[in-house]
Amino acid sequence: MNHGQTQPATVKERSHIALNNEFLRKAVKFTTERLRNGKKKASEEHGNWEEWRERGKQIRLHTIAHLDYYLNQFVENARANGVHVHFAADGKEAVELSMKIAASKQAKSVVKSKSMVSEELHINHALEEMGIEAVETDLGEYIIQLAGETPSHIIIPAIHKNRYQIAELLSKEAGETLPADTSILAGFVRRKLREKFLEAEIGMTGCNFAIAETGSMVLFENEGNARMVSTVPKTQITLMGMERIIPTFADLEVMATLLPRSATGQKLTVYMSAITGPKRTVDGDGPEEMHIIIVDNGRSLQLGDPEFQELLNCIRCGACLNACPVYRHIGGHAYGGTYSGPIGAVLTPALQSNVAEWDDIANASSLCGACYEACPVKIPLHDMLVYLRNRKVEKGYGQTAEKIGMKGFAAIMSNSKRMRSVVKLGQIGQKLVVRQGLIKTKIGPLKGWNSVRYLPSLPNESFRERWDSLVQEVKNENSPMSEDIRTRMEQALKQRENGGRSHG
Amino acid sequence: MKVSLFITCLSDAIYPRVGEAMVRLLARYGVQVEFPKQQTCCGQPAFNSGYWDEARESARTLLAAFDDSDFVISPSGSCTGMIQHYYPKLFEKDPVMLEKSKRLQAKTYEFTQFLVQVLGVTDVGAVFPHKVTYHPSCHGSRLLGIKDEPMTLMQNVKGMELIPLPFAEDCCGFGGTFAVKMSEISAAMVSEKAQHVLETEAEVLVGLDMGCMMNISGNLMYQGKPVRVMHLAELLYEGVKLA
Ligand code: SF4
Repeated sequence: MNHGQTQPATVKERSHIALNNEFLRKAVKFTTERLRNGKKKASEEHGNWEEWRERGKQIRLHTIAHLDYYLNQFVENARANGVHVHFAADGKEAVELSMKIAASKQAKSVVKSKSMVSEELHINHALEEMGIEAVETDLGEYIIQLAGETPSHIIIPAIHKNRYQIAELLSKEAGETLPADTSILAGFVRRKLREKFLEAEIGMTGCNFAIAETGSMVLFENEGNARMVSTVPKTQITLMGMERIIPTFADLEVMATLLPRSATGQKLTVYMSAITGPKRTVDGDGPEEMHIIIVDNGRSLQLGDPEFQELLNCIRCGACLNACPVYRHIGGHAYGGTYSGPIGAVLTPALQSNVAEWDDIANASSLCGACYEACPVKIPLHDMLVYLRNRKVEKGYGQTAEKIGMKGFAAIMSNSKRMRSVVKLGQIGQKLVVRQGLIKTKIGPLKGWNSVRYLPSLPNESFRERWDSLVQEVKNENSPMSEDIRTRMEQALKQRENGGRSHG
Repeated sequence: MKVSLFITCLSDAIYPRVGEAMVRLLARYGVQVEFPKQQTCCGQPAFNSGYWDEARESARTLLAAFDDSDFVISPSGSCTGMIQHYYPKLFEKDPVMLEKSKRLQAKTYEFTQFLVQVLGVTDVGAVFPHKVTYHPSCHGSRLLGIKDEPMTLMQNVKGMELIPLPFAEDCCGFGGTFAVKMSEISAAMVSEKAQHVLETEAEVLVGLDMGCMMNISGNLMYQGKPVRVMHLAELLYEGVKLA
C-alpha cells in the first residue's frame, strides 16, 4: 500500500490484490508461522500460561475500569519527574503538539522508534511537510519507509516483503548492490542510522506501557534503536495511546511475561527500558527535555461501551494476526487501516464514531476464534466482529439484498412446516442443476462457492421425512440401558439442578 | 429421561445420514432419541450476519421444541456453540426467553460431549480398517473445548490409522455466510485445507461439523480427489457394524 496511491475501497477488492500476490502470501505465511510456533513453544514452556493470561486480562480490565484514576496518577507522577505531559483529543491535536515542540527546538531531523500510534497519526507525513526529516530506526519500519508504504503487521511492519525485495530496496539506498544476506543488510542500515541518531534534535518513541505509580514509560524492543532514540537526541517526544496505563511495576511483571512470548515467542525482548523522566545530573545519558503526548483519537468511544471496552485491553502483541487464517492469506494492507488482522478489523471501525463509514472489514472473518485463543489478555475479538455486524444492521446500513434474504430466512426458520416445504421445493427444483449428485453451476449466489467447490445435492428424503420410518426400524435395535449409563445420566441431571453445568 | 435430537438445518436437509447414525449408535446404549419436529435452525446464519431479530425468530423454535427435553444432542459443535454462547446474548433483554435460553444451554450437548462426558462411553467397539485424518472444527474445539472427546473415541477404533492433519487447527474457511460474502478469501482457505488433507494421504476425512465437511469435501470433489468425508458419528456406526 503506497502512500500516494489510492487503494480500492473494500476489503474484498484489496484482498483480491493480495491473493494474487504470491510473494506476499509466501512471506506472510513464512513469518506468521514462525511467530506462532514460537509463541506456542514459549507458552507451553511457561507452564501456567492460562493462569497468567487470566491475570493479564484481570489487570487490564481493572485498569481500564479505573482509567481516569490511573491516568491522573500517571500524569501527576510524570510531571513530578519533570516530564511535560500533554493531552491530544484527536490525531490532529497530537500532530500539532508535536509540531510545536519540533518548531521550538528548531529541529531539522527526528529519529523515531517503532510506534503504531504515530502511524495512526501519519506524523511522518506532517513532519516532512514542515521540512523536518523523520527517520524510522526500527529495521522493519525503515524498510517500509524506504518503500513508501505503511506497516502491514503490528510488530513486523515489513512482514509482506521477502529478503530479496528488501535487498533490492536497500541497494537502491546504498547506491551499490547488496547481497540478500540478513547480517550484511542489517549492518548497512546500522551504519546509515548511526549518522541519523547523531544528527537528530528530537527522538520520538511509542510506549508499550505507562506505569501509574511511578510515572514511568516502558519500551520493549530487540534492536536497541529505541534506546538510542531515547538517549541520544536532546529532546524526547513519546506518543502514547491513553489506554497504555498499568497501575504498578508488579503488573509490568505480568505484562513482560505475556507480551514478548505472545509476540515472538521470546522470554523477554532483547531490551526493555523503563524511562522515568528526563536526564538528571547523576545520569550518564538521556534527553534534557521529555514530552509525553497522551492520545485519545477515538479511544474514549470504547470506554463505557460494554461490547467494545475490552478493545482497550489490547497490548498490541500481534498474536491474533499470526494466528488468523484470513490474515495468513491476505496480509495486513488488505484490511485498509493502520491496524490489521483481527484486532484491526474491530479496532479500525471502533475508533470511528460513524458507523456508516465502516466498510466490509467486519465481514473479513470466518469467526473461527483463533484470535481469541491466541490473545494474551483474552479479548473476545470473534464476538466483537459479530457485534460490529449487528451495529451496522441496527443502524440501518445493512445491504438491501441481504436484508430481504434475512427476512426470508426468519420467515422460513420460524416455522418448521415452512422449512419443510422449502426443502421439498429444493429437492424438486434442484433436478434442473444436479449432475451425478452434485451441483456445479456457477450462476447466482453459487458463483463464489462453486468457483472452487461443488455443492452436494439434497437427498430425496430429509431427516424429518425419514424420521417416522427410522423410529420403527430402530425400535428393534434398541438395547436395554445399562445401570451405569442410567446412573450417569441421572447424575448429570442432578448436577444441573444444582447449577453444575451451565456451559459447554 | 427425554433425549432429543437437534438435527440442525444442514444435516436435516443435506446429511440425514448423520442423524441416522447418531440415533442408531445411541440405541445400542438404550438411549431412545426423540425428534421434536417443530425445530428448525439455531439462527446462526442470521446472528453472525448481524440480523439479530431474525435470529431470535429462528431461535424461538428451538426453545419451544426442546422445552421439556432432559438432554438435547446435536451433530454440530457450531450450532451447539450458538446455543451455548450466544442465546443468552440474543435474549439478554427478554427475561422470560433468557431463562429458557439458560435452561437450553445447560442441557445441550454436542454429540461426542454427550457420548463421552455424559454416557461415559469412550470405546464404541468399532472396527474401521482405513487411514483417517481428523479436522477439528473451530467452534467445537474453541467455543466448546471439545478436544479430547473425539480423540479418545477415535483412538479406540480398532484397525484405524489416524494420521495427524497438518495445521489441523486452522479454519477451513467455511464460516457460514463468509464463504459466500468473502468467497475469494474463503476459497484460498479451503484450498489450503484440502491440500493438507491430501498430504496425509488419508482415505477418509472425519469431523464433527457438516458445514466444514461440506466445505472441504466440496473442494476435494472439485479437484476430483476421492477422499471420503464423514461425520464421526457415521464412522463410529459404520465401524460398529463392521465389528
Ligand atoms: S488483540 Fe490480543 S492478540 Fe491481538 S494484538 Fe491485542 S493483545 Fe495481542
